[in-house]
Parts: sequence; C-alpha cells; structure tokens
Amino acid sequence: MSNDPQVGPVQTVTAPTPPGKLKKEAKPASLWGDAFYDLRRRPMFIVSCVLIAILLVMSFWPSLFTSINPFDAKTCELATARQGPSAGHIFGRDSLGCDVYARTIFGARNSIVIGVSTTIITAIVGGLLGLLAGARGGAVDTVTSRVTEVFFAIPWILGALLISATFRDANLGIWIVVIALAVLAWPMTFRIMRAAVITARSQDFVVAARALGASQSRVMFGHLLPNAVAPVIVIATINLGGFISAEAALSFLGVGVQSPDISWGLMIADARNRFLEAPLPLVFPAVFLSITVLAFIMLGDAVRDALDPKLR
Amino acid sequence: MRKASTDVLPAEGGLGDEPLLAVENLHVEFATRAGVVRAVNGVSYSLGPGETLAVLGESGSGKSVTAQAIMGILDMPPARIPKGEIRFRGTDLLKLSDEARTQVRGQRIAMVFQDALSSLNPVFTVGWQISEMFRVHRGMSKRDAYNKAVELMDKVRIPAARQRVNDYPHQFSGGMRQRIMIAMSIALDPEVLIADEPTTALDVTVQAQIMELLAELQRESNMGMILITHDLGVVADVADKIAVMYGGRIVENASVHDIYKTPAHPYTKGLLESIPRVDLKGQELYAIKGLPPNLLDMPTGCAFHPRCPYRQDNCVTDNPPLYEISGTRSSACHYWREVLDGDQG
Repeated sequence: MSNDPQVGPVQTVTAPTPPGKLKKEAKPASLWGDAFYDLRRRPMFIVSCVLIAILLVMSFWPSLFTSINPFDAKTCELATARQGPSAGHIFGRDSLGCDVYARTIFGARNSIVIGVSTTIITAIVGGLLGLLAGARGGAVDTVTSRVTEVFFAIPWILGALLISATFRDANLGIWIVVIALAVLAWPMTFRIMRAAVITARSQDFVVAARALGASQSRVMFGHLLPNAVAPVIVIATINLGGFISAEAALSFLGVGVQSPDISWGLMIADARNRFLEAPLPLVFPAVFLSITVLAFIMLGDAVRDALDPKLR
Repeated sequence: MRKASTDVLPAEGGLGDEPLLAVENLHVEFATRAGVVRAVNGVSYSLGPGETLAVLGESGSGKSVTAQAIMGILDMPPARIPKGEIRFRGTDLLKLSDEARTQVRGQRIAMVFQDALSSLNPVFTVGWQISEMFRVHRGMSKRDAYNKAVELMDKVRIPAARQRVNDYPHQFSGGMRQRIMIAMSIALDPEVLIADEPTTALDVTVQAQIMELLAELQRESNMGMILITHDLGVVADVADKIAVMYGGRIVENASVHDIYKTPAHPYTKGLLESIPRVDLKGQELYAIKGLPPNLLDMPTGCAFHPRCPYRQDNCVTDNPPLYEISGTRSSACHYWREVLDGDQG
C-alpha cells in the first residue's frame, strides 16, 4: 500500500524544480488526465481493454483468426452436422455442418456494430435532449421528461419485438435492431444527463459565466456539458454491453439479425434444439457473448470509479 | 470590436449630466410558496466613473439582489422587477432585449463573486477560462488570447503566471483564485465592476491585498466600482461613498468620512458600535438587539423599529422617507437629528 500512487500529497505546489520537469512528474490535475492516470493502474481496466481490442480486431478483420469463410456454402457439409471438435474445426460443426469457430469469429462484427451504433445514437439523442431539458427547465423540461416516462413504461423486450416486427419488410438488415434498441434506450441517457446538468446548473461558476457575458448556448455547451458528460460516458459504456446481449436476445427470438447474417444470438437459437446431443455449437457463441458483455461492463465500472472517486 | 446589435446600446464617451450607472426606485420581488418576498423596495443609487460606492448591509438586506438585478442574472421567475430603472449611460437596461443585455454583461458591466472556487469552472484550466473572454468576445486567436491571459494574470499579481496558466482552479489558494476571478472580470475593460463580497471567503491578510488590488485596478482604468459587503472594516480605505441597506431599502447615504464619524441612522450607528475596538478591551461588545426583519412579514412603519433604541410611537406606523441632510447625505430615520447628536431616546 505504501507505494500506492493515489496516496500522498499532490505535487502541484511550486517546487524548486524547473517547470518542464515538474509537469512530467506531477500527477495530472484535469479530471480526464487524473482519471486516465488512475485507470492505467487498474487491472480491471487493462483486462477489459485488451479483450475489447481483440474483439475489435476480430470484428474488422475476422479472416486473421480463421481461414474458413462461413458465408461460403461450400465450407458446410451436411453429412458432418454436429460433429465434435477435430483438427480443422476446433469448435466442431453445427447442425448444418458449418464450422462453429469461423461462425463465432464472424459473429463478433454484428454484435460490436450493433452495440456501438446503439450506444452512439442513445448518447447523442438522450444526451442532447437531457442537456436541453436540464439547462432550460420549465416547459421544455416538463414536456421532454413526460415523454421519456412514456418510453420508460414500455417493457423493452415487448417494444423491441413490436418495432422489429413492424419494420421487418423494410429490409434494414441489422439496423432494425439498432433502431429498436435506440428508440427504447435513449430515455435512460436522457435522465442521467438531465440530472447531471441540473446539478451543474445551480453551481456558482455557471452564474459567474453568465455574469461575465456568456450567451445561453455558450453556457450550455461550454460550461454545463463538460461538467455533466462524465456520468453519461460511464452509463454509455455499461449500456454497450447490455445492447450486445439485447441484440442476442432479439436474434434468439427471431426478430433480430436474420440468416444468412451471422449473430451469436442466432447461433444460440439454432443450436438449442439439439443442445443435449451437441452442446458445443451453443456453448461457444454463448461464451463469446458473455465475455464481450463482461468486458464492456468492466470497462464502464473502471471508468466510473476513476471519474467519481467518491464511490470508492 | 463589439458585435453589431439591433438594439441601442449605450455609447461610450462623454456622460453629460447622466451618471455612469443609476439605479432608480428599484423593486425586486420573489414569488415563493409562502407569499411574495419583497427583497428590494425602492432602492436608488448612482455611480460615476472612477467612483467607488460601498453597499453595506446584513444578509437579506437586498444588497446582492440589487447587484444581480443590475447584472441581469436573476432567475425570472421566481424573481420579478415590478418597478424601477437601471440606467447605464442613460439607457434603461431593464428595457433592453436579452441579446443586448448579454452584450453589456462582462463587456461593459462585470462582476466578481464571493466564492472564487465555486465561481471558476472546475474542468478547465484558468488560462483557458481567462482566454475564453478574449476568444468569445474579441475574436482573438487561441495563441493571442493565451498571451493576454498570462498578461492579465501578471497584472493581478499571480506569481509565475506563465507557469501557472495551465493549472486548474483547485490548484490555487483562495486569494489566488479570487485574483483569477478579478482577472476574468476586468479582461474586457468594463466600465462598471460590481464586487459582491469579494473578500468574505478570505483570510484577513489576503482581504487587504485583494482590496488594494481592486483599488489599484480601478485607478488605472477609471471604472466605477460597486463594493457589496457586510464588513465596515473592508470599505473604509477604498470607498468614496456608502449606502447602508436594511430590509430591502437604503437607510443611509453618506461619504465614508461622515458615516464613521457621525452616523445618521440608528442602524448604521449600531453597526459601527458592534465593531470590536482595541481601546474598549474588556468591555462587553455591543450587539444590535433582535433579528433582521422577516421579508415575508415586514414590520409596519419603519422596518428597523423593533430593534431601534430611538423608537417613538410614530415609527411603528409611519415609514420614514429618505430625509435629505445635506447634498451628499440622507437618512431614513424620523429622528436623524437625535441620532446625529447622539442623545438617545
């Protein structure tokens, strides 16, 4: 414990060291610099970052991990369906005789794309509306808050089923899942942003900024947003994992990603009928799904701890 | 270099008969669940260039609300200004559009707040915050604005300004933070500076330094300054004239010299007598009896009568007007003559 970097005086007082040197050694003082300094020393952060990095590489360049292209029907042999692991097919084969390993690797892309896009959309829509509602207050706040409450009242699985089923014919591919999830998930980001903005708004520096001539938009984007964005980033990271598992759930139910696209949820759905005879085609995508969700939730937790020392 | 505006903004230059800033018969009230709180009831004062007006009063006397009304930073609602004028170079600020008022804030009339730590944005460096003034209002480049920020930090005497420009507010001491706040408020050469209890959160030794700095900056630029405080000691050296507020109105106007020597209102007199003095060591310190008035339920007649040693029967029923004693003095007390002479009751 004695060499714990967080303990001990912060070296910011003017020491007799030259300024250049002082800067390099001193603990950074900004919120983000400080958070990053803190994060680099957390095993949980490092592990989740490595996992996420591997997943990202996997989703962009899946052929680095496998020489088999699962979209090529010739790689599947119906005669070898549900065969156990063998030399060329380490995870075995699924009910259509396709390679489970290659399909699992190729399935990462849809999960990541859906998770990241949904997160970005909810963060932007929920964040901006939350900022507006929190900063303006009054009627704007009342209306937007009531609207989000309506969305909160919809059970997400029911809402997502409804949206996906309604727009099934629009041929939107995986984007139907993104839309369904984003429509139902933005109110959470909205609430967090609104609460953070209201906390920031009552602080003196916002009044001071107005007294020194800052316009309303300047106060909103220059002062309120930077002070309220941290909890939104945390919740977005944690939600990202949630969206990936939600995608799997929708695909499992048959309204998410559709064949011939590959998704872990779809693979789990295909393998469930013969699970007792051939468990591996279900286990491998399920393990990948769990690890991916876990990696994002761990990252979110680590970021939250670094940004809010009070929670420690 | 000011942005063009559709509204008529007061021009710079000669003033004629008009004071730089004139508050006239200002009323401010707040709608609360318990009723309407009349925080300011007909306050009038004026300020010329290079002049320092100290507004003195206890918490709830309306001194800060008046300042916020001048700045236009009251939250409306719940606040409301039913009556009154705030004329800046002859233009009534209350009649200007929001956009035009934003142009006045910071550039023409600026304000320094009491608690500098909470008045600075914790997520940006002080250099960024000072230079923001130049970038936003003067359209300067990032580099030029940064150099100006360092210059300003030097001007408010922050040691090693160039090294500290990239530090965050929490890395500075209380006095240094207040200097940064002052640097931001004078960045655009305002004509009026309102300092709302600028030294209350500071050590006594630092208080004197900050007051000295404010006075010096004022001499250099000839701005008018409104100094809001509850501390008589702070204003003695720097103020030209003093307005004492009680219960939302001004009860006495006087020059610094007069007020210390011969107060003309029993409240002012009580305030002066409650300052600890070295030559009265060992004696019990005087305190004004009673409590400040409840703004929801103001006493009838003179607001000070329940606490006043000079009270007569008519004080309970008649609210005294501001009696003019001389050209620069006035007192809102029916018995100002007795108070001046010092014979009680």
